[in-house]
Amino acid sequence: MYFKTKRIQGSVIYRKTREFLRFQNNKQIMKGNMAKILRKFSTTTVDPGEIKRFSQFNEQWWDKFGPMRPLHSMNKLRVPMIREGLANTGSLTSDNRQNLKPLAGLSLLDVGCGGGILSEPLARLGGCITGLDANESIIDHAQKHSMKQGLNISYSAGCIEDFAKNNKEKFDAIVASEIIEHVTQKEEFLKACLECLKPNGSIFITTINKTTPANFVAIFLAEDVVQLVPKGTHEFEKFIEPHKLQRILEDCKDNLYTDG
Amino acid sequence: MFTLKCQNILYLNNFLAMNTVINCVKTSKNLLILPRIGFNSKLFSFSSSNHYDIIIAGGGMVGTTLACTLGQNINLSNSRILLLEGADEKPILLPDKYSNRVVSLNPGTAKLLSDIGAWKHVAESRYAPVKKLQVWDGISDTMITFNNEKEDEIVSYIVENDVLLRAVNKTVKDVKNVNVVYNSKIKCYDLPEYETNNVTVTLDNGNKYTCDLLLGCDGANSQVRRAMQVHYLTWNYNQMGVVATLKLEEGTENCIAWQRFIPKGPIALLPLTKSLSSLVWSTTPEQAKSLLQMADEQFVEQLNDSLYKNFTHNSVIDQVTQGVSNFLKFFNCPSDLMRQLPPKICGVEEKSRAAFPLGFGHATNYIGKGVALVGDAAHRVHPLAGQGVNLGFGDIISLNTILGKSAYSGSHLADICYLKEYETERQKHNVPTMLAVDGLHRLYATDFTPLVLLRSVGLQLTHAIGPLKVNMHIPKSAQV
Repeated sequence: MYFKTKRIQGSVIYRKTREFLRFQNNKQIMKGNMAKILRKFSTTTVDPGEIKRFSQFNEQWWDKFGPMRPLHSMNKLRVPMIREGLANTGSLTSDNRQNLKPLAGLSLLDVGCGGGILSEPLARLGGCITGLDANESIIDHAQKHSMKQGLNISYSAGCIEDFAKNNKEKFDAIVASEIIEHVTQKEEFLKACLECLKPNGSIFITTINKTTPANFVAIFLAEDVVQLVPKGTHEFEKFIEPHKLQRILEDCKDNLYTDG
Repeated sequence: MFTLKCQNILYLNNFLAMNTVINCVKTSKNLLILPRIGFNSKLFSFSSSNHYDIIIAGGGMVGTTLACTLGQNINLSNSRILLLEGADEKPILLPDKYSNRVVSLNPGTAKLLSDIGAWKHVAESRYAPVKKLQVWDGISDTMITFNNEKEDEIVSYIVENDVLLRAVNKTVKDVKNVNVVYNSKIKCYDLPEYETNNVTVTLDNGNKYTCDLLLGCDGANSQVRRAMQVHYLTWNYNQMGVVATLKLEEGTENCIAWQRFIPKGPIALLPLTKSLSSLVWSTTPEQAKSLLQMADEQFVEQLNDSLYKNFTHNSVIDQVTQGVSNFLKFFNCPSDLMRQLPPKICGVEEKSRAAFPLGFGHATNYIGKGVALVGDAAHRVHPLAGQGVNLGFGDIISLNTILGKSAYSGSHLADICYLKEYETERQKHNVPTMLAVDGLHRLYATDFTPLVLLRSVGLQLTHAIGPLKVNMHIPKSAQV
């Protein structure tokens, strides 16, 4: 799948720094265990600093040439990737280019949806989308925007651990795009995500690799030199390498197929 | 406002009435769920018959072809498309008399037309294939020819505007999701402040249409472009293009397009049938005026004169070009002495003479919020290379691919990220082509000896050296 993202024309920056992981879980969920785990980790995966940082962009989420520009242009890669990824797992009843609503009948959870930049195109493709973000004001904004677009998206504000408690095995696919680099406790975050996933579901994760070139491009170039995104958007310490991400996922699930 | 403690309130909110304002707050945890509030204007406009996904302004050759292409795009098959044409619908039957307005379609354009199923209508009607192009200089008599490696391959197709328009009009009738409104005079376009808001089109008769994306194909004087308020770079060449349908003397095969650069501008003869050719004569407005007024016989005489006459030959130029010619002969390169002469013109069809002004135009932006320009609305070039309409058809191919891609990834049709891709892709191709055509015009509009010398030797060398010609030739005909 990485090669697939590579093949699609995209900005060189993202092609080099984003790693994509798809995780397919063919299995039974450890219901009892999960509850224990959650009790054990009462701390939330949400970083209050991140909430504050992203609240200031409320009005700019949908400005395609504003601070969220990279996310908008990444849709050219992300949406086909999810569409084709789901087609490859056989989740879609019929996926050819003629199918205008290929995601119809599928429930998807967009974790860390922000203003709904990725939720909206997925909803246009027919998916039943739930957008989750810890930031209430952004969710409010996302809700209003999607309504103006005539899209039916359920948005909810909250953290994934709380959400997972009431939504076990509810979703055919989870999308956690460009969010894990803003999460403090990645393991808990991913566990909670997987909990929401139906057996045989898929999880799509896109993030920035934790490498020196990624640091140089995503932080130094994008924030300091070109000022494509505001300073402080990303912290290198929070980035994660794909193999570590894969390892966490493998630890969560014993029956796992990854395609990175 | 009320509070719900139910676990599954998420699923509830789809059922909540649209017009009521309800906030459900789950207080036990920080899970806040906002249901859909207020009424949805977009859903309402979807149901109204005056809302379209795409409105194409201008049902000319480019606009109608665009409507067919987008209408047949698999990824856009649930989009409703409206084509607004200011003129009445053309009668289906074509007059026997050949029209004086023709276009030269390159193979790329012909492929697009056959892909959408319009070429068969052209073929049923009439067109002339061009197998070879001969361009020569009126001052130095140096020349260049373009033809494909295989003798029989087509360099371009000469099609009357009317034939092409009828063909695409016939095709568009079979495209289910395209609606055509003829005789629609536009009063104004209201472009949105925000890209995903609707564009409103108001007609003179008071009808209003809304759309997600407006495509301006309304020609060089584009009203859509004015509404967009984009910067438009334009100049006049102080030249008129005189067109006419010419009768040829001897029955030749007539599959060569001829173009001679004379100091006042290029003269082009484009084949129509074995005995008819179409003329595009670029010249000064004064001469154009007198050419239109004079009697037929006098016009033919002037034309033959301009095609065959030796213009002020300069001994320096003659000697240098002769020298280069000998030099090339020494290396066994194809020499330019094999120059063929164009067929003698023996008459002009009655009342077929007309003239139109020539100019250059370039919109610095092809796109705006909810709007994009296609064809002559975005760019206008000198007809000397026959590129104008082909650039427009190239725009169609690019826009069609990009809108398809945008729909494939669930984007809004007017998504500025995708429209920007269209603009970048087309400007990258169109601007160099336009500048090259403008440059050629300027190079040949002079009789200043050093420049004539330069262009003559350049032409000789290019003609002699195959690879150079291939490179020049490809952008001229194969690409769009």
